[in-house]
Amino acid sequence: MKSVTKAYRPISWPMKGAGGETGTWRGHRPVVNSQICTKCQFCWVYCPEAVIDRYEITIDYRYCKGCGVCAAECPTGAISMEKEE
Amino acid sequence: MTTSIKKLPDTEQVLSGNGACGGCPATMALRMVGKALGTNAIMLLTPACSVASMGMTPKLGYNWPCINICFATAGASASGITHAIEIMKEKGRLQGELPTVFSWVGDGGTYDIGFQALSAAAERNENIIHFCYNNEAYSNTGVQRSGATPRGSFTTTTPTGKVQPKKNMPMLMLEHNIPYVATATVAYPGDLYDKVVKAKNISGMKYIEILAPCYLGWQFDMADTVQMSRMAVRSGAWLLWEAENGKISFNSPSSHIINGKRDADPVNEYVMKQGRFNRLLNGADAARRIAEIQGDVDREIAFMRERAKIMI
Repeated sequence: MKSVTKAYRPISWPMKGAGGETGTWRGHRPVVNSQICTKCQFCWVYCPEAVIDRYEITIDYRYCKGCGVCAAECPTGAISMEKEE
Repeated sequence: MTTSIKKLPDTEQVLSGNGACGGCPATMALRMVGKALGTNAIMLLTPACSVASMGMTPKLGYNWPCINICFATAGASASGITHAIEIMKEKGRLQGELPTVFSWVGDGGTYDIGFQALSAAAERNENIIHFCYNNEAYSNTGVQRSGATPRGSFTTTTPTGKVQPKKNMPMLMLEHNIPYVATATVAYPGDLYDKVVKAKNISGMKYIEILAPCYLGWQFDMADTVQMSRMAVRSGAWLLWEAENGKISFNSPSSHIINGKRDADPVNEYVMKQGRFNRLLNGADAARRIAEIQGDVDREIAFMRERAKIMI
């Protein structure tokens, strides 16, 4: 890195939360019912935000934007959208 | 056989909390692309939604080196970077496997503004992957008409519906005689993943187009993004195919529509679920407009069926 001058360094670095705390955009919150969930990973693969843990099927509410794609695509109906308080 | 969901790798190249809208199909597709390409890649972005979704400095929403370039230059800039990398490798300033250079461009930067540079890069057969995520309008600037907008669709610049049909861009790229052309969509992630892995291992120009149903531009509920993409394929409005060295092969379920094993769903249901079409379908000429849209879809299916029979 010695020969690289300041002007040539990147100005941004990959980091979570580049758009801010995007969880505050949410109108409805996805809630997983672990009794019905078969861990098929459909919600994980279709989540545009990569907030769903693949193996535990837990949701990172700090960044989840509440789009509802996971609930719409869940084959068993284990994810329900509940209105935010 | 497409890769099943459980066999997809864990790599996440799109980081949580980026600036994209909720339910954005572009980040959905980019996640699959990231799983296929891995970390050793360089990403080029022309002005598009994906630049806005990168987030605010000093943070970056994508886990790659990203370069923001001018609208018309996706093909030219990517070619330049590939050449620079090759020379750096020759001079010994870069060790190991060379990074994949890919552009992540919307339909405006591919169909209209970026076409000249892209066509030139394809003609030179540069070693790059060009991804077009096609949301059928200039959605970033508030939904204006583009070359990818289908006939009869509402945009802010075509308030009474677009008169002309869309152009068949993947076919135009195929006619450049490049080694690999493919179309994909977000509802079939395994199919998309396989195509990107295949493209990564081919030397030369690769073009992959991904249908990305944008809920703001197409005016449907944001939870239905994947559903809309699936309906586009099942109605035949979007065909999944790939062409290696000019030989076209169709992927399931489009292959069943092409070889007649399964009839395409009527385009009616797909059209009526989207505000961009159905807000114009209230007058006396509604039946004629739907027949026009259906006619375009049927023509495209018939054309692709016959075109695939031509072996080079």
